[in-house]
This record gives sequence, structure tokens and C-alpha cells, in this order.
Amino acid sequence: MDEQILEIEESIPVNPIESFLRTDRIPHIWCPGCGIGTTVNCFTRALETSGLDLNKVSIVSGIGCTGRVAGYLNLDSFHTTHGRPIPFATGLKLANPELKVVVYSGDGDLFAIGGNHFIHAARRNLDMTVICVNNSIYGMTGGQVAPTTPIFATASTTPHGNFEQPFNLPYLADSCGAVYVARWTAYHVRHLTKSIKEALAKKGFSFIEILAPCPTLYSRRNKLGDGLDQMLYYKENSEIKHGANTKEVALEFQSKIIVGKFVDRDRPDYLTLMNEHYQKKFGDKYTPYKG
Amino acid sequence: MKADPKAVLTGAHFLDGDHACSEGAIAAGCRFVAGYPITPSTEVVERIAERFPLIGGVFIQMEDEIASSIAIQGAVWAGKKAMTVTSGPGFSLMMEHIGLAAMTETPCVFVDVQRGGPSTGLPTQPAQGDMMQARWGSHGDYGIIALSPNSPQECFDLTIKAFNLSEQYRVPVLFMMDECVGHMTERVIIPPAEEINIFPRRFYEGPRDEYLPFKPDEDLVPKIVKAGDGYKIHVTGLTHDEKGYPVMTAAAQEKLIPRLVNKIKLNAEKIIEYKEDNIDDAEVVVVTYGITSRVAIPAINQARQEGIKVGHLRLIVVWPFPEKRITELAGRIKSFIVPELNQGQIFYEVERNAYGKAPVYLVPHAGGTVHNPKDIYNAIIKSLKGK
Ligand SMILES: Cc1ncc(C[n+]2csc(CCOP(=O)(O)OP(=O)(O)O)c2C)c(N)n1
Ligand code: SF4
Ligand SMILES: [Mg+2]
Repeated sequence: MDEQILEIEESIPVNPIESFLRTDRIPHIWCPGCGIGTTVNCFTRALETSGLDLNKVSIVSGIGCTGRVAGYLNLDSFHTTHGRPIPFATGLKLANPELKVVVYSGDGDLFAIGGNHFIHAARRNLDMTVICVNNSIYGMTGGQVAPTTPIFATASTTPHGNFEQPFNLPYLADSCGAVYVARWTAYHVRHLTKSIKEALAKKGFSFIEILAPCPTLYSRRNKLGDGLDQMLYYKENSEIKHGANTKEVALEFQSKIIVGKFVDRDRPDYLTLMNEHYQKKFGDKYTPYKG
Repeated sequence: MKADPKAVLTGAHFLDGDHACSEGAIAAGCRFVAGYPITPSTEVVERIAERFPLIGGVFIQMEDEIASSIAIQGAVWAGKKAMTVTSGPGFSLMMEHIGLAAMTETPCVFVDVQRGGPSTGLPTQPAQGDMMQARWGSHGDYGIIALSPNSPQECFDLTIKAFNLSEQYRVPVLFMMDECVGHMTERVIIPPAEEINIFPRRFYEGPRDEYLPFKPDEDLVPKIVKAGDGYKIHVTGLTHDEKGYPVMTAAAQEKLIPRLVNKIKLNAEKIIEYKEDNIDDAEVVVVTYGITSRVAIPAINQARQEGIKVGHLRLIVVWPFPEKRITELAGRIKSFIVPELNQGQIFYEVERNAYGKAPVYLVPHAGGTVHNPKDIYNAIIKSLKGK
């Protein structure tokens, strides 16, 4: 009998992403139907095929439901302060350029309190990948309005509906100089996985926006059903348009969603520019900086 | 460990305090600096920016002080020694990240060249108004170390000490200069590199699978590793266990927070440094730090010439505060005089530790310039009359 159980247990295949997770921290804190977990699944699958040495990959998060991602990944992981994962990642990367540095955080974290850091990191073309889970809301603090909340949507601090213009994140990233900009939803798991893999392989500042459901706060308050209903909405209303002009991909309340890879260009990253510049300036006296 | 001879400018120099601080950081092994310009601290980063490319350092002027104060922490977790530099308004913006460094036990140095406040205040003129902010400015309970130099030479020497203490105790160390010390130019002797002692980072060296990132040693300080070493560490500003994992319970808080306070409190006698003059026979003790320690000297000398037994206690390490020493002195002297370029900060600390055994008199100053020594002298005389 015991042997039989053992045999059955041995024959249950291990989830291939398990080795990427801190399984001793599971169960996670995310609600049923939350989109964040799906994005993490895609991220780990992208890592798996990326060929990266996982000992050299660092993940940095800010504060929020998405901010908890760092704590579940079996990588060097840093859960920093609200809005500041990008400047932390800046120090990490510049101090050791060998590291592959990924910032994984929420829309409020990266674009409200942390917006200034985002635009400057993109401008500098720091070699890092920034993944933003955009659930159109502040999840962790109970569903307050975010700089990504569509007009008319309600949030706990816009009980009569939002009237502020939200950011068009791909356009923002594009205009600040990001070398890779894509948008997907939590429904597009294969596209997203491929996109994360591409972003990880890209030298310079790469940015992926992932629209993901927050059934507990955003969907419920806006009477959009549960997580599955929101996935259905993504499925039925998304249009893949690679190379779309980022000016034209702004989101509106429950409107059509343009997804795809919008920007993929090359521009020397911060440290390359620094080394080239000092080499010109100082000649042989300068030793190229490698960390 | 000794300083890197390739980077140390051994010899006699004529430097201002800001530049001496830069050289101290370089000698201490600092190779990552992030900052945002602000008077009167800017010269520190300007010299760093000048010197770093040829000694393998990275300086980055960040978009603000919030970014600067966390970029240095990223750099530390990637293995560098790092500092940021600012003055009042920027120091206020850095508070959350002083707390982060305390919570995550990230060794790093914050330099604050103090100017008149609050708000934009007196950008180009001195004050010592950030001393309590240095100790208590971030929310919650934690321990830090703060030093206060009174000359360019000390800006050099004590910056090295600041780095060494931050490594030894894995705390943010606050280097509390002031505009006068930052901008005064004096002779600075930079010793040969082999005479500069460097406290090496406390890297973990035990068996890999037994590593617990926040398990303290006997002195309450845990061993560190860096990103990329294969340990897959988790570092969080949330309350965490020895593994570094978040634990949202009162029990976890009780295990962590008192240790963060006690690693400074219980090691205080090893950390504290002050200088005393004419203390043995003193009836009045003037307690000073930073530029005020020099302004007080003419006042003390004049009083002594008149036969008044005045001693001088100058704080070099301000936090942790030499509580015991103040209490001892209070038991046998007639009064303390505390001149500060503020409306009373360290004064309260002296008063608290005097336990009412000796009266403590504040000589306040709003900042903008230094005290007139006469005011300090008058306070000495008055204190003996019990006023
Ligand atoms: C300085 C500071 N301000 C406010 C907060 C409270 N706070 C925590 S998470 C959060 C918003 C999170 O929203 P988002 O980044 O969109 O993440 P989500 O929870 O939606 O994934 C806020 C305001 C904080 N932790 N720190
Ligand atoms: S509150 Fe929203 S974002 Fe946060 S875990 Fe729940 S569903 Fe996800
Ligand atoms: Mg959000």
C-alpha cells in the first residue's frame, strides 16, 4: 500500500516552475482570480528558456500586491520601498553589471510615487527589464485610484468615478527612450512569456506592461464580474498590433486593448556610453568599468 | 585590511571639509556614490565625480535624494561600499531610506552638510538643526550611528571611521557636518594607504546551505552576502525572520526590532568617542560638537584665565550618545553648558542624562553664522550664579 502511494507520488510530475519559486513561502497572499500569479508563471517560464544563469538574476520590487512578487521568486530578491525599486535596481546594476536586473512592480508603485524614477531610468537607458502589472488600481491598500485608472471607473477614492486622464504607459516609456516596449494582458500567456524572454535578452531599458485583473477591488467595484470575466474581456477585446504607434494605444474604460510589441530598437546603454565616453576622454589611463 | 594605495592621495593638502570628506570616502573604499546637488554639500560629489572614473568608481547624479538614498543600497547589495551626500531638504527626503537601511542592515553612509532650516532656510549658511532628525527621523524604532567632525582633517579621518562603523554594525552611519566645516579650508594630512585601517565587510563564509541572512552573531550583527553569489537571498523592509522572509506577527517584530536597537545600544561603549579637556577639576562642563566645539574654545579659555574651572567635552560620535559619561559628570560638577546652532537638540540629551543632578544651560543659536564666544562665556558665568 505504502509503496503504491510512493509510486503514485513519484509519478506526479513536478511543476516545472517550482524550482523558480520559494515554495516554502507558498501559499501566497494573492486573491483567487488575481492576475499577478499568472504573470509570475509567464515570467518563470521565460526565465527557464532564457539561458540566463539564475545565480546572476536579481529581482527588485516595490510595495503593493505586485510588489510581493520578489518575495516568491527563488532568485536574489529585493522588496524595497513604495515607488523606489528602479533606483535600487540602478545601484544594483551599476555596482555589478554582470547581474541581470529585473524590476517587477505595480502601476501605482512605478507610475505614481515612482514615476520620476521610471522616466529617468528610461532616459538613461539603464540595462534593466521593468515589468509592470497594471491592474488599474492600488490593490494592496484597498482599491484607490491610480494614475492608470480609466476615466469613469470607480475606485475607493473616486467613488463618483474618475475624471483624471490616465497615463498611456507604452507611450510614456517610448518617449523616454526605452529600447523595448510591449503590452500584453494576463490572458496572453504565450505572447507574454515570449515577450519577457525578448526583454530579458535586450540590452538597455526594456518595459512590459501587463494588464491583469484585480477581481477583489477593481472588478467588483466596477461591476465587471470576477477574474474569469475580466480574462474574457481581454480575450474578446484585445487586438495584436506589433509596431503600433504608442501614441495610439491609450486605454479607455473597458474599451478595445491594443497589445503587442510596440518598440524594439537599439541604443547604447548607460554603462556602454560611460565607458566609451571616458575612454575617449582619458585614453589608456581609463580602465573600462566592469563592476 | 588596508586602504587601496592606488586611490589614496597621500600627503599634505589644503582642502575644504567637503573635499576632505570625498577623499575620506575614497580612502575608505567607497566606489559608488549617488547624489543630488544641494548647497553646501555639492562639493563632496563634485570631487567624487572628478576622481571616480580613474579609480574604478561610479558616481551617478540621480533625479532626487529619494532615489540617491536607495541607489546606494542597491550598490551595497551588489558588493560596493557606497554613500550619498546632501543637506537639510534632501536629508528630509532621505528619511524613509535611512529606515530601509536600518531594517535591512545595509551598511552605508549618509553625509548631511547642515544648513539653516527648516524648509529651504539658509542654503549657504551653517546650522546644526538636523541632529535629532539624524537620530529619530525615520519612522519606527531602530539604531544608527552619527559622527560630527569639526575640521577638514576630521572630515577626512571620520569619513573613514563612518564607513568602518557602518560595516562593523551593518547600520547606516550619518555623517553630520555643517556648512562651516564643509566650506572651511585647512591643512589635511592624508596618511599612506598602509596606515589607513579598513573594516572589511562581514561576508558569510560558512557552509552554503546553513546560511541565514539575518541570524545575528554574538554582537547582534548578522553576516552578509551579495547578489550574484548564488545564495538567492531575500531582503525586505517588512518585518522578517532570520531567513529574511516576511513574518507579520508581533512575535517576529519582538525578535527583530529590539535587536536592531540593541546592536547599537549594547555596543555603545565600543562606538562612543568624545574628547575631553580640563575635565578632571571642572566645575562647569561645556558640551559641544562640530563647528561649535571650536567657537567655544575662546569662551572656555577666557573663563579659565579668570580662574573658573571649565572643562570641555566634545562629542565626536554624537549617536549613540555618551549617556554614562554625562551622568558621571553630573554627579560632581556644578553645571553643563550646551551651545548649539539650533534651538535645543543635544541639550535635551544632556539634560536627560544629568538626571537633575546638575543644571544644564542651553546657548541656542538660530543658525546663519556661529555663536559669538561671548554668549558662551556669559552662559558659563551665569550658570555659576545659578541662573
Ligand atoms: C511611502 C508610501 N506611501 C504609501 C504606501 C502605501 N501603499 C502600499 S502599496 C500602495 C499602492 C500599490 O499600488 P500598485 O503599485 O498599483 O500595486 P498593486 O497592489 O495594485 O499591485 C500604497 C499606496 C507605502 N507603503 N509607502
Ligand atoms: S487585491 Fe487585487 S491585486 Fe491584490 S491580490 Fe487581490 S486581486 Fe490581486
Ligand atoms: Mg495596481
